[in-house]
Amino acid sequence: MPEIRVTPLGAGQDVGRSCILVSIAGKNVMLDCGMHMGFNDDRRFPDFSYITRNGRLTDFLDCVIISHFHLDHCGALPYFSEMVGYDGPIYMTHPTQAICPILLEDYRKIAVDKKGEANFFTSQMIKDCMKKVVAVHLHQTVQVDDELEIKAYYAGHVLGAAMFQIKVGSESVVYTGDYNMTPDRHLGAAWIDKCRPNLLITESTYATTIRDSKRCRERDFLKKVHEAVERGGKVLIPVFALGRAQELCILLETFWERMNLKAPIYFSTGLTEKANHYYKLFITWTNQKIRKTFVQRNMFEFKHIKAFDRAFADNPGPMVVFATPGMLHAGQSLQIFRKWAGNEKNMVIMPGYCVQGTVGHKILSGQRKLEMEGRQVLEVKMQVEYMSFSAHADAKGIMQLVGQAEPESVLLVHGEAKKMEFLKQKIEQEFRVNCYMPANGETVTLPTSPSIPVGISLGLLKREMAQGLLPDAKKPRLLHGTLIMKDSALKELGLVEHQLRFTCRVHLHDPRKEQETAMRVYSHLKSMLKDHCVQHLPDGSVTVESILIQAAAHSEDPGTKVLLVSWTYQDEELGSYLTSLLKKGLPQAPS
Amino acid sequence: MAAHLKKRVYEEFTKVVQQQQEEIATKKLRLTKPSKSAALHIDLCKATSPADALQYLLQFARKPVEAESVEGVVRILLEHYYKENDPSVRLKIASLLGLLSKTAGFSPDCIMDDAINILQNEKSHQVLAQLLDTLLAIGTKLPENQAIQMRLVDVACKHLSDTSHGVRNKCLQLLGNLGSLEKSVTKDGEGLAVRDVQKIIGDYFSDQDPRVRTAAIKAMLQLHERGLKLHQTIYNQACKLLSDDYEQVRSAAVQLIWVVSQLYPESIVPIPSSNEEIRLVDDAFGKICHMVSDGSWVVRVQAAKLLGSMEQVSSHFLEQTLDKKLMSDLRRKRTAHERAKELYSSGEFSSGRKWGDDAPKEEIDTGAVNLIESGACGAFVHGLEDEMYEVRIAAVEALCMLAQSSPSFAEKCLDFLVDMFNDEIEEVRLQSIHTMRKISNNITLREDQLDTVLAVLEDSSRDIREALHELLCCTNVSTKEGIHLALVELLKNLTKYPTDRDSIWKCLKFLGSRHPTLVLPLVPELLSTHPFFDTAEPDMDDPAYIAVLVLIFNAAKTCPTMPALFSDHTFRHYAYLRDSLSHLVPALRLPGRKLVSSAVSPSITPHEDPSHQFLQQSLERVYSLQHLDPQGTQELLELTIRDLQRLGELQSELAGVADFSATYLRCQLLLIKALQEKLWNVAAPLYLKQSDLASAAAKQIMEETYKMEFMYSGVENKQVVIIHHMRLQAKALQLIVTARTTRGVDPLFGMCEKFLQEVDFFQRCFIADLPHLQDSFVDKLLDLMPRLMTSKPVEVVKILQTMLRQSTFLHLPLPEQIHKASATIIEPAGESDNPLRFTSGLVVALDVDATLEHVQDPQNTVKVQVLYPDGQAQMIHPKPADFRNPGPGRHRLITQVYLSHTAWTEPCQVEVRLLLAYNSNSRIPKSPWIEGGEVSPQVETSIEGTIPFSKSVKVYIMPKPARR
Repeated sequence: MPEIRVTPLGAGQDVGRSCILVSIAGKNVMLDCGMHMGFNDDRRFPDFSYITRNGRLTDFLDCVIISHFHLDHCGALPYFSEMVGYDGPIYMTHPTQAICPILLEDYRKIAVDKKGEANFFTSQMIKDCMKKVVAVHLHQTVQVDDELEIKAYYAGHVLGAAMFQIKVGSESVVYTGDYNMTPDRHLGAAWIDKCRPNLLITESTYATTIRDSKRCRERDFLKKVHEAVERGGKVLIPVFALGRAQELCILLETFWERMNLKAPIYFSTGLTEKANHYYKLFITWTNQKIRKTFVQRNMFEFKHIKAFDRAFADNPGPMVVFATPGMLHAGQSLQIFRKWAGNEKNMVIMPGYCVQGTVGHKILSGQRKLEMEGRQVLEVKMQVEYMSFSAHADAKGIMQLVGQAEPESVLLVHGEAKKMEFLKQKIEQEFRVNCYMPANGETVTLPTSPSIPVGISLGLLKREMAQGLLPDAKKPRLLHGTLIMKDSALKELGLVEHQLRFTCRVHLHDPRKEQETAMRVYSHLKSMLKDHCVQHLPDGSVTVESILIQAAAHSEDPGTKVLLVSWTYQDEELGSYLTSLLKKGLPQAPS
Repeated sequence: MAAHLKKRVYEEFTKVVQQQQEEIATKKLRLTKPSKSAALHIDLCKATSPADALQYLLQFARKPVEAESVEGVVRILLEHYYKENDPSVRLKIASLLGLLSKTAGFSPDCIMDDAINILQNEKSHQVLAQLLDTLLAIGTKLPENQAIQMRLVDVACKHLSDTSHGVRNKCLQLLGNLGSLEKSVTKDGEGLAVRDVQKIIGDYFSDQDPRVRTAAIKAMLQLHERGLKLHQTIYNQACKLLSDDYEQVRSAAVQLIWVVSQLYPESIVPIPSSNEEIRLVDDAFGKICHMVSDGSWVVRVQAAKLLGSMEQVSSHFLEQTLDKKLMSDLRRKRTAHERAKELYSSGEFSSGRKWGDDAPKEEIDTGAVNLIESGACGAFVHGLEDEMYEVRIAAVEALCMLAQSSPSFAEKCLDFLVDMFNDEIEEVRLQSIHTMRKISNNITLREDQLDTVLAVLEDSSRDIREALHELLCCTNVSTKEGIHLALVELLKNLTKYPTDRDSIWKCLKFLGSRHPTLVLPLVPELLSTHPFFDTAEPDMDDPAYIAVLVLIFNAAKTCPTMPALFSDHTFRHYAYLRDSLSHLVPALRLPGRKLVSSAVSPSITPHEDPSHQFLQQSLERVYSLQHLDPQGTQELLELTIRDLQRLGELQSELAGVADFSATYLRCQLLLIKALQEKLWNVAAPLYLKQSDLASAAAKQIMEETYKMEFMYSGVENKQVVIIHHMRLQAKALQLIVTARTTRGVDPLFGMCEKFLQEVDFFQRCFIADLPHLQDSFVDKLLDLMPRLMTSKPVEVVKILQTMLRQSTFLHLPLPEQIHKASATIIEPAGESDNPLRFTSGLVVALDVDATLEHVQDPQNTVKVQVLYPDGQAQMIHPKPADFRNPGPGRHRLITQVYLSHTAWTEPCQVEVRLLLAYNSNSRIPKSPWIEGGEVSPQVETSIEGTIPFSKSVKVYIMPKPARR
C-alpha cells in the first residue's frame, strides 16, 4: 500500500525551528527550514543529518518550501543550502523572497558582529541561497517535476505568508505554516478551498485559546495612546521591525487621520524602511480595504509617521515612537525608554510577548526599579501597558480551517504538547478524522488509498443512463458496462500484472531428435511467416514474436514429438494461427 | 399550411402598398412603416448562409413589432425554423419567439403547440434550452390557463433527464415558475398524471451538476414566492446542501432553509447524535449562523443578512450569537466587554494598567468545550470581524433588526455596535451609528460605552459626526456624569469643527429635554454660578455658551425648579435666545415673567383642532359661495387667502395644507379677476395694450399650478385632476386673450388645434375622475367637443369665453398629508464681506450646504442655480452621492459648485439658489396607446421646467485677470 510519511525535524510539539519532512508517493519535500530562538548552539538549526548520513541532500529532497519570512521558518535556509549543501529548488512567495534576505542579513549581523560567532553563514551565502529560490504566486500551480505539484494559498499572518498544497497524483498534503483566520488592519484572513487533502499539517500555537474580538483590543490600544498624547505625554511602542509593527502603524495612521490629530509619530529607521518599501509594493497581499483604496492613496505611504532621529527623543511635547527591538533588551528602544521612564505622563506599550530576563518582562511584571548596567538604578514612573496583538489562528480558527479543507487526517505541529493534546481530542471528536502530533524525529506513517481512474465507454454509459428515468439518491441503480483500468493503476496499488497465457500441445510425428524437430519447425515457420520475427533460441525453443514453441519427446512414443505452443492473451490471433499451421504438420524435409 | 402562410404574408404586404396609395390620395401626413413580417420573410428567403440569416434576424430584433403583426412574424419564423439546419440560427429564432410572445397585447397560446412540437424534434441542447425559455415566457404570459400550464410542466418533466445541464436548468426554472400550486385539482386533465412538483424538484437537489442543484433550489424558492407551501421534508435535504462544494448552491440553500424556518418555526426537529429535540427555527438559526464563517464571502453576506429577519428564534439562541466563549490555556476567560461591565459596576474606572488583569480564571472542563458545532455561538462576533466590509455591513444590519425586536438582545449587542464605531471603513461606521440610533429607545448607555461613543465625535468625517449627533439626540444616558461627559465632548467637537454648530445645538436641545433630572444637579457648575459671588457675565455670542444654555433651557422646560438656579443675566440671555433661536429654545414658565409665557402659551395648548377647524371652515365658506356677486367673491377670496397664509405661518403642522389651498384660491382669484376685465366688452382691436393683465394672469396661473403639482409631497390623483383642470382653464384664457389681441385667423388655427388636443389628452388621462367634475369647465367643454372640432377658431374662442364665465368653482379636496418642499441654504451664509478671489478663466469651488424638506427624489429634481450679475445663469446638477438622508422627509445637500467668469474690475455678488426641476410627464400615468407607435405631438406631456424653492444667497466673488 502507498503511504505518506511525515517527520518533523523541528516544530514537533514545540514552537520554533519549523522543519518538517514529508514523503508522499515517493517524493520527498521539506517544509520550512527555520531556526530556534531559544538556543545558541547546534540545537538552533534542525538536524539535517537525519535526512541522509552520507550523500547529497539534493539527491534525496525534491524541493524545499518556505511558508513565510519569520526566522523560525526560514532562519536555517542559508546554512542548509550553502553549508550543508542543497542545490534543488526552494519555493516561496514573492514577498517572502523579497523580505527574507533582509531578515537573514540582520540575523547574521547580530550573531556574527555582536555576539562574535564563528562558523556562521556569510552575506554571500545568503545571496547564493536566494538564487536558488523560485517564487510562486497565490493559487498558481507549480510543477516541480512531472508528478509533484505545489500550490500556494493565502494565510494572513504576515505579508506573503502562504499555505502550501503538495500534490502527487491524487495524493495531497496541505501545510499551513503560520496563519490567521481573523483579518486585521493590513492583512486578510487565511482561506483555502475544499481541496480535501489526505493530510493537513497545521500549526497549533493557540490550541487552547479562543480569543476575544480584535475590536476591543484595537479600541483599548487607541484609547490609551490617544489619552497619553492628549495629556502631552510621550508614548513608546517597542516592536520588532516586521509584521505587527506595520499593523500598529496602520492602526495609528488611520486613527490620526480620522481624528485629525497633530502629534508626530516616529518610526525608528533602518531595517524598517526597506521593509515598508516592500509593503508598499505587495499591495495585492493585503486586505480588502488597503487593496481597494490604494488607487487614491497607498496606506503604507504614511502621512503622519516619519522617520525617527535620535535627537527627537528630547523634543518637547507629545509624540509616539515605534522603536526596535520589541523586548526592550537592547538598542534604540531601550535608549528611549531610559530617557522617558522618569516622567509619569509618558507611557510604554508592549505589543507582544517578552522573554524572561529582558527589561520588557521586568516592567510588565510590575518591577518599578530597574538595575541597569553600571550599577545605575532607573526608577520607572511612566505607565506600562500590555497589548497583545498576535496573528495566529485560535482554536476556533484552526477548527474552521480544518472544516474548510476537509482533510482525511490532521497533523499538529508548532505548538506545545499539552495544548495539542486538547485540540487533537477535539478534532477527532468533531470531525471524526485521525489526528497526529509527532515529536521531533518521530515519523508518522499514513496509509493512503489511492484513487484509481476507471474508464467506461461514453456511448455505453449514455445508453445505460437513458434507460433509467430520474436520478434518485436513495435508490442504487444497476448499470451494465465494462470498466477499463490503465496500467498505472497496477503500479499505484502495488500489484503485479496478471498474465493470461494459452498453451496448446501439438503432436508431430517425427522420429528425429528434439533439437532437429525444433530446427525444422523453425525453418518451416521462417518460410511461412515472412513478416514476423521468428527466432531460434539457444535452449532449443523457437519464438515467434512473443509466442514460445518448445519441442519435447513424447514420454511413451519416442516417434512422436510434442510441440508445446504457448501464447499470451494479447497474441491470441497469431497463436491460434500458428497452432492450426502446426497441426497441419511440417512439410517433409527436403532430404 | 405553408401555402396558406405565404398567402397571408403577401396579403399583408399588398395591404401596406394599398395603404400608402390611399394616403397619397388623401394627402394626409402620417408616418407608416411597411409591415415587418413581410420584410423579414423576404430577408430570410434571400439569406444564403446561416451567418446571413443570423444577421437578418439580429437586425430584425432591434426594432419592436406591433401587436397585430406578431402572429404573422411568428409563423414566418417557425417556417424557417423547420427548414433551418444551423443550430445557431435556430437558437436565435427560438429566442425571438420568446421575445415576441412577450409583446403586450399578443396572446401567445396560438404558438404554444408549435413550440412544443419543435421542442420534441430538436437535438441541439442549446436550442432546447432556449426553447424551454420561450415556453417559460409563454407560460408566464398566460397565468390563468391551467391546461396550458399542466402541459408545459409535463414537457419540462420529460426533458428533466436530459444530459445537458442547461436544459435541466431551464426545465427546473419552468417547473418553479409554472408548477401547479394545488396538486390534484385536475378536473379535466385526467390524461396528465398528477405530479408533485416539489418532489420532482427536490430530486434534483442531488444532481451531479452544481448549476442544476442551484437551479433546483431557486425553483423551489420560486414556488414559495408564488404562494405554494413547501413541505417540511425539504428542510433536511436543504441542510445537506449547506456543505456543498459550490458557493452558489450553498448560498441558495441558506435562503431555502430560511424560507422553511419561516414556514414551520414551531415544529420540532431532533438534534443528530443526541436524543434532544429543538424548534425548527432555532435549528435553522444555528445552521445559518454556522454559515457566517463560510469560506465564500458571498455566502457569508447572504447568511448574515438572513439572520436579521429570524425574529422568532428563542432568546437563548439569540444571545449565544454574541458569546464566543473565550478561553485561554483551557481556562475560561472573560471578554473585555464583561470586564468593562464589571469594573463599571464595582465602581472602579477602567484601569487596564495592571499586567495580567485579563488573566484567565476558572478551569474549563475539556470535554464540555465545543469548538465548532457550537451552533449559533459567536456568529455575530465573527460576522462583525469579517474581512469583507460587505459582510460586516450585513451583520450590522442584522443586529439592528434583531435588536429592534428584542430589547434584551439590544442591551447585549450594544458593546459590539459601539466597537463597530472604530471600523476602518467609513460606511460601516456610519451604518453602525445609524443602527444604534434605530434601537436607541431600547437601550441606555453605560458610562464607559458613552465614552467610546463620544470618542468618535472627533472624527474628521462630517457625516460620521452628524450621524453621531443624531444618535445622541435620542439616546438615554444613565448618570449625570454621562451628561456632563457628553456636553464636554460636544463642546470639544464645537471648537474643533465650528461648522457643526447647528447640529450640536440641536443635539443638546434633545439631550436636555430628555434628561431634565440629570441636568438639574449640573446647572450651577455649567453656568458657573457661585452661591455668594457674582461671576462675570459670559459672552452671549460664544457658540459654546449658547450650547450650554440650549441644554439647560430645554431641561428646564419640564423641570420647574431649575429657573431658581439661574442668575439675572441668564434670564436676559433666555429672552434673547428665545427670540433669536426660537426653534432651539422652548418657552419657559419663568417666575415674574408671566407675560412672556402666556403670550407663547397658545402653541403649547394640547390640540391643534381649533386651527384645523378654522382652516376647514374658511375653505368651506369659499366653496359654498357659488353665486355671489363678483365683487363679494373677490373680497372673500382675498380674505381667505390672507387668513390661510397667516395660519400657515403660525401653525407649522398646517403650513402645507394652508399654502396649498391658498395657492389654489389665488389661482381662482386671478381667473376671476381676469374675466372681470373690461376688455371683454369692447371690440377687440381697441384694447391691445390692456390685455396685459389677463395674459399675465394666465401665465401666473400656469406657474402656480406647476408649483401645486410638483412642490408638494403627498399630492394625490384627485388633486392632480383639479390642478390640471385649473391649468386647462388658464390655457383657455390664454387662447381667448391671444384671439382678441392678434389680427388674422391663421395663427389661431394652430393654437386651437393644440388646445383641443390638450382637452383630449386631459380626458384620456383622467377618464376615471371625470364624474367628479360635474358642471365644471371641462365637463361642459367635453359636451361640446364634437361641435368644437368642426367649428372655426373664432367660434371656438367664443364658446370658450362663455364657458369660462359660466363654469363653477371646483372644490379642492384636501389630501391627508401634504408638505411643501422647501430648502434652506446653510452655507454659503451670504454674510461675508471678503470676496472670493480667483483668476479669471479658472474655477473656484464654492461649498454649498443646504437642507431640503419634503423633497421627493432629490437626486433627480434638485438643481443649483448660479446667477451672475451680467444675467448669465448657470444650472448645476449635483451628484447623487451629494445627497444625504438624515431622516424621513429630510435631505441634506452637501456639494461643491464651480464658479468661473471672465475678469471683473471689482468684486460683485452672484446669487446661488436651489431649483426644483419637474417634468410634467412623470405624474401622468402611461397609457398603452402612447407606446403604440403613433407619435402624437403632445406638447403638454413634455413640459419641463424649474421652480425656485429656496431663498437665494449672495456670494461675493472677484475674478481677477490672469497675471502674465
